[in-house]
Order: sequence, then C-alpha cells, then structure tokens
Amino acid sequence: MGRAEHEVILNWIQKGASVLDLGCGDGKLLSLLASQKHVRGQGIELSTDAVYKCVAAGLNVFQEDIDTGLSEFGDDCFDFVILNQTFQQVKKPVFVLQEALRVGRKTIVGFPNFLNASARLQMFIKGRVPVTKALPFEWYDTPNLHFLSISDFKDFCRERNIEIESSAFFNKNKTIRLLPNLLAEIGLFLLSPNAH
Amino acid sequence: MKELNQELTLSGAEKSPAIRSLGNVETNYFTFANPPDLFILESEEKIGPVTLAYETYGTLNKEKSNAILIPHALSGDAHVAGFHPDEKKPGWWDEMVGPGKGIDTDRYFVVCSNVLGGCRGSTGPCSVNLETGRPYGLDFPLVTIGDMVNAQRHLIDYIGIDKLLAVIGGSMGGMQVLQWMVSYPDRIRSAIPVATAMKHTPQQIAFNAVGRQAVMADPEWKKGEYYIGAGPARGLAVARMIGHITYMSDASMAEKFGRRTKSAREPFKFGAEFEVEGFLNNRGDNFVKRFDANSYLYITKAIDCFNILNGHSLASIFKELKARVLVLSFKSDWLYPTYQSQEIVKACKLAGVDASYCELNSTYGHDAFLLEIAEQADLISHFLKTVVNGNGNRGA
Repeated sequence: MGRAEHEVILNWIQKGASVLDLGCGDGKLLSLLASQKHVRGQGIELSTDAVYKCVAAGLNVFQEDIDTGLSEFGDDCFDFVILNQTFQQVKKPVFVLQEALRVGRKTIVGFPNFLNASARLQMFIKGRVPVTKALPFEWYDTPNLHFLSISDFKDFCRERNIEIESSAFFNKNKTIRLLPNLLAEIGLFLLSPNAH
Repeated sequence: MKELNQELTLSGAEKSPAIRSLGNVETNYFTFANPPDLFILESEEKIGPVTLAYETYGTLNKEKSNAILIPHALSGDAHVAGFHPDEKKPGWWDEMVGPGKGIDTDRYFVVCSNVLGGCRGSTGPCSVNLETGRPYGLDFPLVTIGDMVNAQRHLIDYIGIDKLLAVIGGSMGGMQVLQWMVSYPDRIRSAIPVATAMKHTPQQIAFNAVGRQAVMADPEWKKGEYYIGAGPARGLAVARMIGHITYMSDASMAEKFGRRTKSAREPFKFGAEFEVEGFLNNRGDNFVKRFDANSYLYITKAIDCFNILNGHSLASIFKELKARVLVLSFKSDWLYPTYQSQEIVKACKLAGVDASYCELNSTYGHDAFLLEIAEQADLISHFLKTVVNGNGNRGA
C-alpha cells in the first residue's frame, strides 16, 4: 500500500481514536497510526510471519480469519474499522463489511479498481486478464477473490444504504480526482452506516 | 521498518552471541502460615506451616518493576533454568530462561516456585504433618490451582514485589497464569498463557483419570500410606507413560521412533520391542525417581477441577484486567487444542483487554511449549519489551 493512501487514512482518523485493522499485515499502518495519531490499535491477521512482525512492533494482534466474523466485539466498540486491500480478498465481503460497520462507528475500505484504463486495455486489446501495479498477480496465484470497480462499490453502498462520507482515489501513488472509475488504480472510502 | 527487521533477526534465540548459561543455581525455601495463622484453602480447610521451594535468577531492580513469575506445569518444579551442582541436566525451561535468552535474566528478575501439593520441596502429601509426625498421605487436603496461586502470592509479597512485570506459563502453568489474571489483576502488568485452557474437557479429564487409576491400582499404593515401603512405582510409571503419549503428536512420534525396534531385546514375549516402548518405559522409570505418586493424584485432580469461569460469564471474567495479554498455542497440540486458547482470546476481546494471539507452527504436540523455543522466545521477548516500554494502550 502506498504512502499516499496512508496519508489519507491518517487524515481521516482522529487523535486517540480506537482502530481495528482487519488484515493488518505486518502492522505498518497501525504502527504509523500509533506513533502519529496515538490510536488504540488492534490488528487481525492470518499470516503467521506477519503476526510475528506485529508483536515485534509492539502491536496488539489476533491471528485469526476475518471471514469468521467479529462476533465477540460489541456494536460500535471501535471508532474506526479498516478493511484496506483485504475487502476484495475475503470469502464473504458483504458479511465482513456488515460486521465492520457494526463494530466500528466508521469504516475505511480500500481496494484495487479492477476496471481502470490500463486493466481495460489489457482485457479488450490484449484479451488477457489484467496485471497492473495495483493488481500485480497472475490469474493463477491471485489472492483476490472479488473483482470490482469504483462504480460497482458506489452502487453497492447506495443499494445498502451505506453512507460514503469521503473518498480518495490513487494512481501511481498520487491522488487523483478526475474520472476515478477509469483512471484510479485504487479507491479508498470512508463509510458510516446511514442513520436511517 | 528496517530497524524492526534487524531486531527480528538479531533476537533469534540461537543466533545471538550474548547467550550464556545461568551456571549454578540454587533452590531457596520460604515458609509461612505457621500455626495458629494457618493458610486457608479454597475448600476452607486450613493447612500450615506451608513451605514453598523457589528459585530466582537475575537481579530485582530498584523500582522492583522487572520481576517475572513462571509457574510450572504438572511435573515441573522450581528449577526452571541453570544447573544444580550435582546434576547434568539444566532446569526444565533452560532454553527459554537465561542471559540473552527469550526471558532474559540480564533484564528481568525471574521467580519460580514449586506448587503447593507438589513434591519438589514445597509442602505436599509427602511432607510431614506436624500433628502426627508422619507424612500427610491422603490426610493432605485437596488443593486447587487457586490455592497454588494464593500461596505464590505469599511468596511474591515476601520477596517484596508489588506488581509483577509478567506471569508466564504453559499447560498447568498457563492455568496459574489465568488464575493470576482473575485473582490478582492489579498485581500483574502482563500475562502470557501458553498451550492451556480455561477448563478441562472430558477428554482431558479422562487421560488424567486413567493416570490416577494406574497409581491407585498398584498394590504398593496402599491408600497413599506407602512412605515406608516400595511405593506404587509401576502405577506411577504407567501414569507418566500415558501422559507422554498425550504430550507428543502422531508426527513427532513417527519422526522420533518410526517402527524401529530395539537392538537389545528382553527375553520375554511382551518385553519392549519397539523403540517407542523403550522410550516410554524409560520416561516412566525416570519419573518415579523424582516424583511422588500422591502428589501426582493431588495435582492432576487440581488440574481437572480447574474452571476459571467458575459460574462467571466469558464476558465478565477479565473485566478487572488492565494487563496486556499474549496468548500462544501450537498447531499440533491435540491435548490442549488451539480452540481452547481461542476461548481465552474471546474472553479478552469481550472484556476489551489489550491482547495478542498467535498459533505457532510445530509438530511436537503439547511438548512444543518446552521444545519449540526459537519463535516462542522471539515473541515473548518482544512482547515483554513492549510491556516494559509501557506502550500498552490501557493500564501499564
């Protein structure tokens, strides 16, 4: 994950907030949030090596599968839940997002835009499954289980009455504003369950 | 991140050049609850005086903030690390505890005591009952994990430690860690329960029950009144053999013994033929030399009766706890399977405790907590540093 995305997430999260990072990897983002925003952080990660690194960095981490849910966490018990680059990799994205929205007051979701211009060209001109900087995997070894575009996700949120409070789009580690569904490699959304 | 990686590689237990042995260590004895101020057990029975055998390594700092208590497992004792002058083998967790090791005695002051009810220097059924002048035998009251921890608390008071930096233990040692988390939440800054459970399942009770039956079926047991006589050596050896089977895994046994046969066969149809038989016989016979059969009955009973919830809900059990927790389990451990550690994690989540959980790779089975040291030591040493630095989000 690029520095530009980290910066946006750091801006969205208030000082001293409590944060649950689902699929926190080696804890880079949580460490940043701890040092710069003094958050109370908790990570969940499946990879043993990544969990070791989190413990070494002094983070709280549970070695668990986020697909099994967050049932032990009460409603709204974190200020923020982060699903960055893991949303498209879980088996049950709808269930996981519902759970994230339940235990967090706000949820941050980030994922690669499967239909950016470069990916579209590879599909339509070359006739190949796209491999890009944000989607660096071959068809046979990708951890991504769900392929979605920025527009797909906006539709999804609208249909489910999930409010998009803020969003940011990235191409080559830079923020972009124009035509995100065509130009963005990565989309990042700040969500809250709609009051109604 | 670069620094972090460097630290990870440097602290690998075998790689660091700073690792040294503790050298010779000695056991100390602390006696309390002298009559008439007897020690009151959870059963409300009273006992005294109570002696605890204990060892300490490292130096207690001026602030008395670097003390780590290591409660031992079923067959352990106060001798965690270093050497006793007359013995070739070091203490039972020597690879983990010592200068430059996972639990670094250059940084921390380590305390371990033999449990109440034990037979390695602490008061137990083989101790002399002052009222009769003979060993207690079955007159010794039933003790619980809670009683063991209450007795340890007396020792910690005596040493002058108000707040332990950590309590770390595996198996029954882990049960004592859980008990500290519940009984004395204000007296610990962190807790590391390893390969343990909040309560025994019927399967776990069953294995212990068969062990106890083996002891009691030995005619030399004599209802526990065997201290003048041979004692139930065969029964206790069989109990220990059953134990060893449950501590290993299918894979670790296959790797260690295969179906290899012993070179020297006994002139008897059913003598030990396979290497695994010889190993079990050997372990059983050695155990008898250092362990009291009645203690085995009392301690396994305490383990079976242990239930940290004791009528409380999972959500409320750790609600007083401000300490940081690291829960560890091992993949091939079928005696204390991972799901039992995950129950502990669940309780931590429900109570909002600062906690981490890691399931370590190992083929050693339940023995892994004693044998699979490198990664365990890495995790524990980093976790302890975090606790010392007070990075905890709550408490500390």
